[in-house]
Amino acid sequence: MGDRRTVIPFGPQHPVLPEPIQLKLVLEDEKVVEALPQIGYIHRGLERLVKVRDFNQMVFVAERICGICSFQHAMSYCLSIERLMNIEVPERADYLRVIWSELHRVHSHLLWLGLMADAFGFEAMFMETWKIREAVVDMMEATAGSRVIISTCQVGGVRRDIAPELLQQIVKLADDVQRRVKAIEHSVLNDYTIKKRTVDKGVISKEQAWKLGAAGPVLRASGVKWDARMIGYAGYKYLNFEPVVETAGDCYARTKVRFREMFVALDLLRQAVAKIPAGEINVKVKGNPEGEAFIQVEQPRGEVTYTVKGNGTKNLEKMHVRTPTFANIPAFLTMLPGCELADVPVLALTIDPCISCTER
Amino acid sequence: MGLINNSRAKSPWVVHFDCGSCNGCDIEVLACLTPLYDIERFGILNIGNPKHADVLLVTGTVNPRNERVLRNVYEQIPEPKVVVAIGACACTGGVFADCYNVIQGVDKIIPVDVYVPGCAARPEAIIDGVVLGLQKFQEKVEKMNKKAVGN
Ligand code: SF4
Repeated sequence: MGDRRTVIPFGPQHPVLPEPIQLKLVLEDEKVVEALPQIGYIHRGLERLVKVRDFNQMVFVAERICGICSFQHAMSYCLSIERLMNIEVPERADYLRVIWSELHRVHSHLLWLGLMADAFGFEAMFMETWKIREAVVDMMEATAGSRVIISTCQVGGVRRDIAPELLQQIVKLADDVQRRVKAIEHSVLNDYTIKKRTVDKGVISKEQAWKLGAAGPVLRASGVKWDARMIGYAGYKYLNFEPVVETAGDCYARTKVRFREMFVALDLLRQAVAKIPAGEINVKVKGNPEGEAFIQVEQPRGEVTYTVKGNGTKNLEKMHVRTPTFANIPAFLTMLPGCELADVPVLALTIDPCISCTER
Repeated sequence: MGLINNSRAKSPWVVHFDCGSCNGCDIEVLACLTPLYDIERFGILNIGNPKHADVLLVTGTVNPRNERVLRNVYEQIPEPKVVVAIGACACTGGVFADCYNVIQGVDKIIPVDVYVPGCAARPEAIIDGVVLGLQKFQEKVEKMNKKAVGN
């Protein structure tokens, strides 16, 4: 018989995933026996930019690590610098940060749902979810003036305030999105095809998820109750929320976690709008950062950590980012062996890969 | 010939290649396909196979690693073809221009016909860019025809 193994390159230009990642899939007939990721297509080396850009300018670079969770990257960076320089951010700014973060989470999860639907071949659902997402993106434009990269965070607070009427509109939007997502939730989670392709596929047990260092929805879908928002950074310390946990650890559980997270995010939006105090939105920053600081922030894809090191000049000495997709890749590679070739896109999407932040 | 040329210019198929973008421009390209912006009304279809495509949309920064892939995708698209560079990154390198692993602009690697500015480029701007690209496309088709008749 000889060797029946075939190697199939998956990517880098690929119809399902918009981003270039290459996987070399070693197949035995239709079964995947091994997956070897080939990376580096998006590496830009932006962490080294700290040498040429000062710490205030770096906010814009950090924001462009990933365009989908851009605000949260900017916020994480600002939080780490604020911790380094012992800056107390005004309470209103904390709340505004929560509002923009949660808007980003909702839009990111909707985007993911659309791509997932596309991977199943459900074109109409892709269109539907992106239609809902447009409403969220419109709100970002109304509050910040830009659709995806909103550039409202700065060291010491936020750059823009949200007017009271707009805050009320955010509540209206939350209700509207909730209703529309509820409407598709039923048809997604009870669909025969979707169940067939996700239930018991790519199972990661609780121990595995913990050992492999998975993050975000992948970790929570395996039954680990951990969400960096529980630490209470920014305005989360003033709000109530429960992390969403599922126990099955398969693709279906991950889909469910993201669905329920959307509702939690919408709820957080409502709470934040109800509680937001009046006051200043930023404080003046004096001096240069010195020392080292570390911060964890929950992004739509999981936990991001920022480590920054300053040396008393306006340029940082070092910045290091560990992004959630990077943490999820070992889990993803564990899921692959044993699955069929046709399942690979769906498995890839259930970790919600974001290659541009992984490779930076 | 008339029929083929007409359908070429009236229904161009686009292929999208993400070099190294931050996703900001990518999601705006995808947003163009969705109901609010709907570029299908211009007859534009998004496909995955470069061999079927007429227009190449490039987003993000080029680097020495993906340069080969970009060139490969470009070469697979049959003539006539149009390249649209989307976003500051694809035009010049954008905020990342000073990074060590970034080539400043797609036009250093392949010829670019239309530049769409913005970070992230707005869907309206992208549509405008593609429509502009179509005019160039028409010119290229006509030029090709002349050549064919000349022979
Ligand atoms: S131009 Fe801006 S939004 Fe577009 S890929 Fe580059 S950094 Fe991202």
